[in-house]
Amino acid sequence: MRNNLDIKLAFGVMALLLIMVGFVQSWGVALAILNLCLISAVMSMGVNIQWGYSGLINFGVMGFLAIGGLATIVVSVPPVNEAWAAGGFGVILSGLILFVLIASIFYVHRKFQSKYKNYLLFLLVISVIPMMKLAAGPSISAIESIDAATSGFLGGFDMPIILSWFVGAIFAALVAFIIGKVCLDLRSDYLAIATLLISGIIVSYVKHEEWLTRGVKNVTGLKRPVPFEVDLQNSDWFVNFIGFLFKGRLSKASDLDEKIILLNELVMTSSSIFVKLCFSVIFLIVLITILVFSEKALRSPWGRMMRAIRDNEDAAKAMGKNVVKRHLHIFMIGSAIIGFSGAMLVTYDGLFTPASYQPLRYTFIIWVMVLLGGTGNNYGAILGAFVVWFIWIESAPFALFVINALMSEVDNTNQLKIHLIDSIPYFRYLMMGLGLLVVMRYRPKGLLPEKIINN
Amino acid sequence: MDFLNAIILLGNYIIVPGLTYGSQLALGAIGVTLIYGVLRFANFAYGDLMAFGTMIVILSTGYLQSLGITFGFLPTALLALPMGIIATVILSLFFDKTVFKYYRDMKSEPVILIVVSIGVMFILNAIVRIVIGPGDVIFMDGARFIMKASEFKKMTGLNEGIALKSTQLITVITTIITCSILFYFLNKTKTGKSMRAYSDNEDLALLSGIDPTKIVIYTWVIVSILATIAGTLYGLDKSFKPFAYWNNLLPIFAATIVGGIGNPLGAFYGGFVIAFTEIGLTYAYKKFLVYLLPEQLEPSSLVQYISTDYKFAISFAILIVVLIYRPNGIFKGKVI
Repeated sequence: MRNNLDIKLAFGVMALLLIMVGFVQSWGVALAILNLCLISAVMSMGVNIQWGYSGLINFGVMGFLAIGGLATIVVSVPPVNEAWAAGGFGVILSGLILFVLIASIFYVHRKFQSKYKNYLLFLLVISVIPMMKLAAGPSISAIESIDAATSGFLGGFDMPIILSWFVGAIFAALVAFIIGKVCLDLRSDYLAIATLLISGIIVSYVKHEEWLTRGVKNVTGLKRPVPFEVDLQNSDWFVNFIGFLFKGRLSKASDLDEKIILLNELVMTSSSIFVKLCFSVIFLIVLITILVFSEKALRSPWGRMMRAIRDNEDAAKAMGKNVVKRHLHIFMIGSAIIGFSGAMLVTYDGLFTPASYQPLRYTFIIWVMVLLGGTGNNYGAILGAFVVWFIWIESAPFALFVINALMSEVDNTNQLKIHLIDSIPYFRYLMMGLGLLVVMRYRPKGLLPEKIINN
Repeated sequence: MDFLNAIILLGNYIIVPGLTYGSQLALGAIGVTLIYGVLRFANFAYGDLMAFGTMIVILSTGYLQSLGITFGFLPTALLALPMGIIATVILSLFFDKTVFKYYRDMKSEPVILIVVSIGVMFILNAIVRIVIGPGDVIFMDGARFIMKASEFKKMTGLNEGIALKSTQLITVITTIITCSILFYFLNKTKTGKSMRAYSDNEDLALLSGIDPTKIVIYTWVIVSILATIAGTLYGLDKSFKPFAYWNNLLPIFAATIVGGIGNPLGAFYGGFVIAFTEIGLTYAYKKFLVYLLPEQLEPSSLVQYISTDYKFAISFAILIVVLIYRPNGIFKGKVI
């Protein structure tokens, strides 16, 4: 009972804060914060499944988000036919070679019995890169040279972008499978370092393989699952709808000209709010679906087994549970959710910018969300995402306010004041660090601690 | 003649940079490994500790230069090192007292300490960026080159030359001096021995009357010294950029694990293993082979195993290979 109250209260306060932002700043800002809170909540649930349910430490969040983002491009961007003609064959061939090599590495590792096994494995592993280069090299340079300024990449399959969210999840799960096979039996701190390195590798792949992602040249103008603002502004039903909504304000206008100008303005602002609202609804549906499933899973025998493994691995092993396999599954599931949210994020932004993936922002902030909200508790993870993202965005105006209040006497040309105002974006890191340390010290289980489930 | 040219080429592009980069990694890795051995956690804030120390050195360098004090042909930053070290020691001890001590007393799991160190990382990150900004700072002064490639060519009459930047020599020499003092301290002095004893077996060390609070303080002091020196050397050699220090943390961790975590000598060698593999695998050997092979066999491609964009992949690959085949590091696992 007590726990329920806490959850309702916490989310009530959060909603109130967002509404306050709506009144004080603008509704567009409030909805933008809400949408990113929702996306972050999905991310933090993915991390929570890995860390909270089974104690796996995954510092590779950034990498899985980038994979999700990659999926949006592969799925939704229209194909560049010249590029396919120039280098499609080579790329597909090299993909096949890669698949065969990985399969044979797994085969040799599993089935091969010989004292030369390790040498063979080593040879296979180091041959991957030269083989790929040999097979794909010429095609890649052919692809990148086609219309380099505007395209220079393969493009995708021109399918609805919503599909890419699921594809992103599948991609992430596949990569997690390979990573998990190699790394999951490492000790927790080694696993943290290994996953961090892997996410670095993934991001440099996305950044430098221009034939696939255009690299630092970015891919812009992605599709959307919701209408574009411009289309809304030109559609009769939306203009009529706005006219109906703001009847009172419009009728106060003195003459027709003024009325049209006012209507135009209203349509402009409400179209962007309407689009954001559509996104919110979709994200909310995703969040609730994932929440329902993971809560159900937590209460099922499967969830009980996971907690048993987390709390006492040796006992779980003694009971005949295959710990390594369970860990692999949960690593894949969590990564799939993270990949899903990565695709959501890119869809919402409408552009894919590989250079923006930075570990502090895309790995550790997500971790702060989970730890702050409540490890092992899905509601906690969601609350953490909301609180952290809210602080992340609002700390800049807040810091500006504090600096101005403290230094109101000081002249605006004062060097120190200018310097402080310039470095406002970094105060949020300070807030994150302090918040994390305080929570770890005084509420080590997070704001909403894990509930003990008796089933 | 061609053979000599080929060797010089390798010396210029692999051995000299490898020694420099390896020294920087080695100093960093020894610090990480000491924290791991004595305090028993992987400190993710280490990269930012290095950045903090370097920042203080840069600020003090600026102050010294404004007073008109320089260090002749050596960079002024070397004079400013003590200031950076003192500030970093104070900072480390402050964080230990306010943050890490609590978890040590609670005997928390290493994972919790990793998470806490991430909190510290955020704070240090913010401090460095607020004070000095996220951009590039070049604070190198004094003589830039000890030997230019053209001078070398003139001297020997070869086609290839070795360029030796003064920062490279300073890095290697400072590393040799620092490491000699450190290993002397750890192996020969009583305090060093008690540190090793504590890291080897905490309970036994306590029984024999070693004061753990002192050990912890010594460790932080040594680690801060190493972090500041490593950070400053890296900053002198390349340039100071906060994010680069964070990125360097990953090869440093790899070097630590390769050498066997908690083993300073291993970390020292680990740094060089990582550096030489990284540089050796990302170097394009075309020119080298052109010198050595007969004309009809000359390669058409760059003969580069992997592009420099993927240098993380090399750290990772070494890490995984070592963890699979020698989980205790390339040397027989033995703490400090």
